[in-house]
Amino acid sequence: MQAFKRLTSQVIPLDRANVDTDAIIPKQFLKSIRRTGFGPFLFDEWRYLDRGEPDMDCSHRPKNPDFVLNRPEYQGGQILLTRENFGCGSSREHAPWALYDYGIRVIIAPSFADIFYNNCFKNGLLPIVLEGKAVDRLFQEVGPGYALSVDLAAQTITKPDGTVLYFTIDPARKRRLLEGLDDIALTLEHADEIRAFEEQRRKEAPWLYVT
Amino acid sequence: MGETLYDKIWGTHVVLTAEDGTSLVYIDRQMIHEVTSPQAFEGLRLAGRRPWRPKANLAVADHNVPTKDRKLGISDPISRLQVETLEKNCAEFGISVFSMADSRQGIVHVVGPEQGFTLPGITLVCGDSHTSTHGALGALAFGIGTSEVEHVLATQCLWLKKSKNMLIRVNGRLGPGVTAKDLVLSVIGKIGTAGGTGYTVEFAGEAISALSIEGRMTVCNMAIEAGARAGLVAVDENTIRYLEGRPLAPKGKLWDQAVAAWLALRSDEDAQFDRVVEINAWEIEPQVTWGTSPEMVAPVTGVVPDPAREPDPVRRKGMERALEYMDLKPGTPIQEIYLDKVFIGSCTNSRIEDLRAAASVIKGRKIASNIKQALVVPGSGQVKAQAEAEGLDKIFRAAGFEWRDPGCSMCLAMNADRLDPGERCASTSNRNFEGRQGFGGRTHLVSPTMAAAAALAGHFVDVRSF
Repeated sequence: MQAFKRLTSQVIPLDRANVDTDAIIPKQFLKSIRRTGFGPFLFDEWRYLDRGEPDMDCSHRPKNPDFVLNRPEYQGGQILLTRENFGCGSSREHAPWALYDYGIRVIIAPSFADIFYNNCFKNGLLPIVLEGKAVDRLFQEVGPGYALSVDLAAQTITKPDGTVLYFTIDPARKRRLLEGLDDIALTLEHADEIRAFEEQRRKEAPWLYVT
Repeated sequence: MGETLYDKIWGTHVVLTAEDGTSLVYIDRQMIHEVTSPQAFEGLRLAGRRPWRPKANLAVADHNVPTKDRKLGISDPISRLQVETLEKNCAEFGISVFSMADSRQGIVHVVGPEQGFTLPGITLVCGDSHTSTHGALGALAFGIGTSEVEHVLATQCLWLKKSKNMLIRVNGRLGPGVTAKDLVLSVIGKIGTAGGTGYTVEFAGEAISALSIEGRMTVCNMAIEAGARAGLVAVDENTIRYLEGRPLAPKGKLWDQAVAAWLALRSDEDAQFDRVVEINAWEIEPQVTWGTSPEMVAPVTGVVPDPAREPDPVRRKGMERALEYMDLKPGTPIQEIYLDKVFIGSCTNSRIEDLRAAASVIKGRKIASNIKQALVVPGSGQVKAQAEAEGLDKIFRAAGFEWRDPGCSMCLAMNADRLDPGERCASTSNRNFEGRQGFGGRTHLVSPTMAAAAALAGHFVDVRSF
């Protein structure tokens, strides 16, 4: 997995609550058997005026000029600023894959849906929870040229005027993201303990092991 | 201090707890479908890994499968590749799979309980958020992403932080014509789509005990729409009766041993919950969603709400956007909303009980002339066969419904079943998000009987007086 350490980037304001995973990446793109190539279809139904289909060449599709990702001043932005309950809905990891593939590395919101939040950490994306008031203020301040510096090790966000905001993050998730660790390899270091547990469970609930 | 049901299941599955408080949790069983698994299998292949315990997994294709003319195969080449990839991967890694032609094929969350693959007290995961459904049998079941599907395949475990405990106690009985679907929609309306975030929710109380297992599955299915990854219902005699004789349920002496253990799967009297929500069942009316989030819901006797009355600016904007997308005006009576299509199906409401209930409303009547299409999509081949044995298919067909083959179908429109832009649908599914049932489509979530009544009337009606 890609590690995340620090980043300074233009902020893209997506001023909506309850942005669901169907909006982040609509279902027709879930038919892919790959992990990459979802970026052009990120927020497809909001970003384009026509109906998107997998394998389309998006460079000629009619764009919705009002949608924030299409505004020239936000091109290349890697920090998404949004509202409550971002990523609600399905468990599709295609949502973080699409965000990452587009170039997003940090998402700032007052809250995230659980499964989406968890999926971000498996894919080099940093979801940051900030208090509602802090998010409100960022929405007031953001605009063309407004960049934030995010430092995961220090757990800080530095504003253009030098103000520093601190965020909290689970230490295990932080370490894995900083180091870009392979979860499975780490878990398999505990293979003996898993085997021992399984033996015990086989005795306690033998009916689970007949089929 | 007593333990909750969640505490108990959690406690029996922790392999170890790291210093930082995350636990390595053993996963008894995993269900796999074609959409969220190809990259997981690819990951195993690239790393040269094999599944830890292949028999802990059961796979079935459901999201992409066509619901008619199956003999012709899958016409969309991308969908076909995904379904074929599932079958190839399962063959390569020694995992059981119900293929499209198998009479047991169906929606993962219908198939698991129906086959007895889902059992009380187990941990069960699937790369699908509606895995919460299986909690109706007293299993700790939740949706995961593809990286975790791979992790479970490779290690039979997941790293998890324990959630908080929420109890939703539903007092008294539901009124006549009011169903499990109305109950859960009303709960979501009350606590909101993020109300359960960070919690495992146990549903209890007289109204939950009185529900069939199918009804409990409908309730737990939509726990995720309230933000809770897992919903749970304590094991009781209904649970045991439901499981007895299921193909993968234990038999003989093991059955007796299992039942004894299962009947202890309930929260202790003195268990502490972090949050308790009390709901009065008798106050719940049939529900209809009017917006683009399941929390945007109103009783069928109500009207489309006015965003101008919403004090919170972010919520107000969300309501305005939703009404614009749904093409609805504030103050419109719910019963004056006219429909184009009706969908009865999905992992929320496609079980035999749902089809029986809908058929009882429809029997001897015809769908309204403004309804362009009305679909019934049974949740599994087994449900379909049972319904046909009872003659339900004839009732639906005589009324003008199409009787289809099992799959996710128009719940998320990954196959050919979908809404066209601007079309309005009464749907027994679980999500009314923008574009969910097709680009530009408008979804109203309802119970099977409400969907059936709406199909006959051409607009929403109160099924209690229909």
